[in-house]
Parts: sequence; C-alpha cells; structure tokens
Amino acid sequence: MQRATLDLWVGLFVITGIGALLVLSLKIGNLETYHSGGDTYVISGNFENIGGLKVRAPVKSSGVVVGRVADIQFSTKTYDAIVTLNIENRYQFPKDTFASILTAGLLGEQYVGLDAGGDEVMLEEGDTIMRTNSAVVLEEMIGRFLFDKASENDDF
Amino acid sequence: MSKHIISAIQGVGHRTLEGIRRLGRATLYFLLVLWKSGTSLKRFGLVVRELYYFGVLSLIIIVVSGLFVGMVLGLQGYETLQKYGSETAVGTMVALSLVRELGPVVAALLFASSAGSAMTVEIGLMKATEQLAAMDMMAVDPVARVVAPRFWAGVISMPLLAAIFSVMGVFGGYLVAVVFIGVDDGSFWSQMQSNVDFRVDILNGFIKSCFFGIAVSAIAVFEGHDSLPTAEGVSVATTRTVVTSSLVILGLDFILTAFMFRGL
Amino acid sequence: MTSETLVEISDLNFAYDDKRAILKGVNMTMKRGQLIAIMGGSGSGKTTLLKLIGGAAKPSSGYIKVSGQIIHALGHNALYAMRRKMGKLFQFGGLFTDLSVFDNVAFQMREHTDLPESMIRDLVLMKLHAVGLRGAHHLMPAELSGGMARRVALARSIALDPMLMLFDEPFTGLDPISLSVIGSLIRRLTDDLGMTSIIVTHDVQETLSIVDYVYLISNGVIAAHGSPDEMKSSEKPFVHQFIHGEVDGPVPFHYPAQAYRQDLGLEDIFV
Repeated sequence: MQRATLDLWVGLFVITGIGALLVLSLKIGNLETYHSGGDTYVISGNFENIGGLKVRAPVKSSGVVVGRVADIQFSTKTYDAIVTLNIENRYQFPKDTFASILTAGLLGEQYVGLDAGGDEVMLEEGDTIMRTNSAVVLEEMIGRFLFDKASENDDF
Repeated sequence: MSKHIISAIQGVGHRTLEGIRRLGRATLYFLLVLWKSGTSLKRFGLVVRELYYFGVLSLIIIVVSGLFVGMVLGLQGYETLQKYGSETAVGTMVALSLVRELGPVVAALLFASSAGSAMTVEIGLMKATEQLAAMDMMAVDPVARVVAPRFWAGVISMPLLAAIFSVMGVFGGYLVAVVFIGVDDGSFWSQMQSNVDFRVDILNGFIKSCFFGIAVSAIAVFEGHDSLPTAEGVSVATTRTVVTSSLVILGLDFILTAFMFRGL
Repeated sequence: MTSETLVEISDLNFAYDDKRAILKGVNMTMKRGQLIAIMGGSGSGKTTLLKLIGGAAKPSSGYIKVSGQIIHALGHNALYAMRRKMGKLFQFGGLFTDLSVFDNVAFQMREHTDLPESMIRDLVLMKLHAVGLRGAHHLMPAELSGGMARRVALARSIALDPMLMLFDEPFTGLDPISLSVIGSLIRRLTDDLGMTSIIVTHDVQETLSIVDYVYLISNGVIAAHGSPDEMKSSEKPFVHQFIHGEVDGPVPFHYPAQAYRQDLGLEDIFV
C-alpha cells in the first residue's frame, strides 16, 4: 500500500474517532451545560431528609435547570443534611425561596426544586435557604397511611 | 490411592507455579515493551502503519456491531420502559448502557478477537519464520521495531473504536426508538443529555477503554512473541490471546466499575 | 589472505539445563578470510554453536572472542555494534514477508545509516546483482522460489559488508542447481568481500568442495578437524562413516535398547 493512501486512511480513522469522542461529550453527555454557566454562586440549605438525592443532580425552578447539587454533607450540629447548590449567576432568587427535594415521575431521579418567594432581597454567595422541604420517602408515606387507617379503625 | 492424591495435588501445584511464572514473564515483557517504546515515538510512521492494520481495518466490524447493539437496546428498552409509561427514557437507557459498559467492553472484545489475534499471529509467524531472529542479528531490536509500534497502535485505536461504537449504538437506538417506533424526538435527546454526565459516564467509559486497549495489546504481543515457533504454537497462542484478553477485559471491567461508580 | 585470528573459541561449554550438555569443551580458531565448515549430525550442537557466536545465547563456561572481544561479556549496545559487522543467513532465510525484495535488502542500510535514498538504491542493486537477482527487486518474498529466497537473504545479510558471515544450514531443502549456486556464491563472496565465513551444515559433498577447513562435531565435542582433503582421506571410523554416509559404524543404526529377543518376550520361552 502506498504511504500516502495509508496516511489518509489512518488520518480519517483518527479524525472519526476523535469526532465520536466529541459527539459523546457534547451531544450525548452534557459537557456543554456542565461549564456553560462558568459563573455560578453557591447557596446551601439544610434538609431533614434528602432521600436519594445525589451530587450533580439538577436544581430546577419551574422545570428549568438553573444549577446543580455541588455537595452533600451531614451536619453533626443540627443532625440533618447540608446540601450545597451551584446556581448560575443569571438566575437570582429571593431570600425567602422555598427549596424542596422532588422526584421526576414515580421512580425517576431526585432533584432540588426552587420556588421563588416574594422577598425584595436576593440570595447571595454563601447564603442559606431557610425554608426547605424534605424528600418524600415512600416507606414513611406508607407507614403514615397504615397508621391513619389503624386509627380510623379505632373509632369503631 | 494416596499416590493418586499426592500426584493430583502436585498437578495443582505445578500448574499454579507455571501460571505465576507466566504472569511474571508477561509483566517483565510488558515493562520491556514500554522501555523500548522510544523508537515508536521517534519514528511515528511505524505506528501509523500499524494503526491502519489494527485500527482502520477494525472499523467495519465496530461500526456494524455498534449499530446493531444500539438497535437491539432501543427495541428492548422500549418494550420494557413503555410498561412504566416512561418510553422517552429509552434514549437515556441506550446511551448510559453504551457509554458506561457496552461501548468499551464489546468494542474491546471485538478488538481482541479481530485485531488482537491478528497481532499475535503476525508476531508469532515472524518468530516462527526466523524474521525476528534475523532482525536481531541485523542489530535491530525486534521489540522496539516490531512489537512496540503494534502495541501502541492497539493502545491508540481502542478508545477511538470504543467511542465510534458508542456513537453508532446511540444512532442505532435513535433509529429504532424515534424513526421506527415514534418516540418523541425532543424528549429522546433531552432526557439523554440531562442524564448522561460527562465526567461520571463518558470520561469513565473513555478511561475504561484506555485500560482495555493496554490490556488487549499487551496480551496480544506477549502471546505472539512467547509462542512456540511452529504453526501449532502460533495457533495455540492465538486462542490464548482471545481467551485471556476476553477474561481480562471482563475482570478489569468489574474492578474499574467498582472503583468508578461505587468509589471503593 | 592474512593469518590474523578473527574468531577464537576456548573451552566452550553450553547446556540448556543441568542435565543436557550440548557443547563440551570446544576449542576452535578461525582466521580472517577463511571459509570454515562446522559439520555434524542432527542435534550435535552445531546450530547452538552458531547462536553462541552471534551472541543469541550465553555459554555455561568458556568464551568466544570475535576480533578480540568476548561476545557474552558485551552489553546490549556493544553486542549490537558487533552484530553490525556480522551477517547471518538463517536456515529458511528469515526474509520480511511484508517487505519487497528491494526493501528487504535495503532494511539494514535504512536502519543503520543516513545514506540518501539514491545511494541506497545503487547499493541494493549491487548486492542483488552479486547474487544474480537484480531483476527480481520488485518481487515480494512470497513470489520467490526457495533458492531465490535464500539468495535474497544472502544479499540482505551482506548489505553492510560484514567481516564475519554465519550460515545456518544454507543447503537444506534446495534442488541440486540452487545448491551449487548457493555454494559457489558463498565461496565467491567470502573471497571478494574478504570476510570470514562459517557454514554449519551436514551436506558433505557440496561443503567439502568449497571450504578451507572443516570441524566435525559429534555429541558436543570436536571429533575431528582438518582440511577437506585430510577429512576425505581420514582413517578415523567416525569421520569415515560421516563423510561417506555409511549406515552403520561408530554411530549405530539402532537406538540403544535392551536385547531384541527380550523386547519381543522370546527370552522366557526359549530359555
């Protein structure tokens, strides 16, 4: 085989391979959104129970992704979970914003939902969200349901 | 009777020692190949030549297999997911299975059985026909001149082939789910994009395929160079390459997965 | 022809493991410009001797000196420097099957020298001309007959004008014409290039007609040595048997075994 032909094929192969890697990273993975909000600010919130929330889970408001979960820690002072959120700079939220851990669909992944409040003052870098709502844990819900049923029966 | 038991135990011991000795030889050989890789880097043309034979010529099998694996995943995923009313998640399922596991693993298995065995046969035949000995007598190091370029071509080809496999697979899944079955185009892609993570999924998949490339190429060149210089020896070595690399790929996949996704 | 010693082998012993001694106390001296044959039956250790001279194996004891340097004491780089001055023709040629005849002969020049391609072309054609295959330079090794392949391999091994040429069974598997062609080529190139050539072979007639000196090896020791004429007229039983190819003699026809009658179980009946 001629040297030039060989080089051509290998060149095509390498370009195709790197192209495939780029497609994987940009089109299929979310590298674009990963750093797109290069400028983010950090807020945190304490949750009594985070359920199955994971680091890098999306933070959504009205269904729009506005940030990502940066870190999850357990606090030995308050005995609850501290969730740190990276929010894109272009999305500002009032101080009294309500954060809750929600589930996409019945069995989908969990994410943090933000409901904007009415405060004039906006959340800033390092602020803590005061109003939070824990994840709905299926077992607890079933337990509460059974307990209610049982107490209903007691009436009779 | 006790004689039989003793000889059976001796057999086990003998095989164990032989296996350990072989592993030691393979490790030393691997280090030797790395040590003598300077020539491959200085004269990259040598590697380019092998990239053609092991990379470019593996493309067809990788592209076709990737497409079909993706199509099957799309079909199976749709059948299962629609029971839960979440058929739009089929894109996520296809992409995650491919990028995390099937892309690197299946591409590596295909690479081992096509390019890996070809590598073993080539080096084994060169040894059997005294080409390596002749080269050595001409003061040209066969490990630097013949083995190392093939090894590096394998190492470079593998991640590229695995990425092509995954992309073809996602395309196959798209064809089945969106074009044939009619899952919503937009939610197919958006669900996929919001659930496939660059670092956790794609980068880890890429790292896996790099490890597989090193393992398969190292095994293939070792078996070739270590083969008995006869037709039978080369055929035994070829079988060994395919069997050993397949087992190593699967074992390594488990270990890497445990490290990457469970943080052990 | 100078009388300077090029290869000196002194009390050479070699064994693959403790039990099987291949060479036992071999001494040889080879002068520059000589064509020497090392002959012996199959498995007598002569191919091993060639490997030891080329540095592909290390002796158990004793040494081989080539132009004053002990081969097995050389490091990797020094050995490679020495091998540039050596050539070896392998039993089956060892041509690179993925390179053309031209590229095979050019291989060493390209690897070891910075000669411009035009000069390499001239040199390759000269070497190929010397073995009579200038017209075949564009062929691939698979297209060559056995005799032609060996001539190409010969051209390749003399590419850098070695001072020492090693021939491993150069006559095996050749038809009578190719055999004489190779034989006369070895003699002519040895004289023209002023190199020392060592042939390992068991082809008696062709070898005795071209070489200057013969060593006969049997079971790892030198059984006899001398000029071809001395060998032909030797009265030693082993030499006589080997040179004339007799069926029985010091090398028995039968592999050592217990008595024939006993093996067949006849002993009991007739006693």
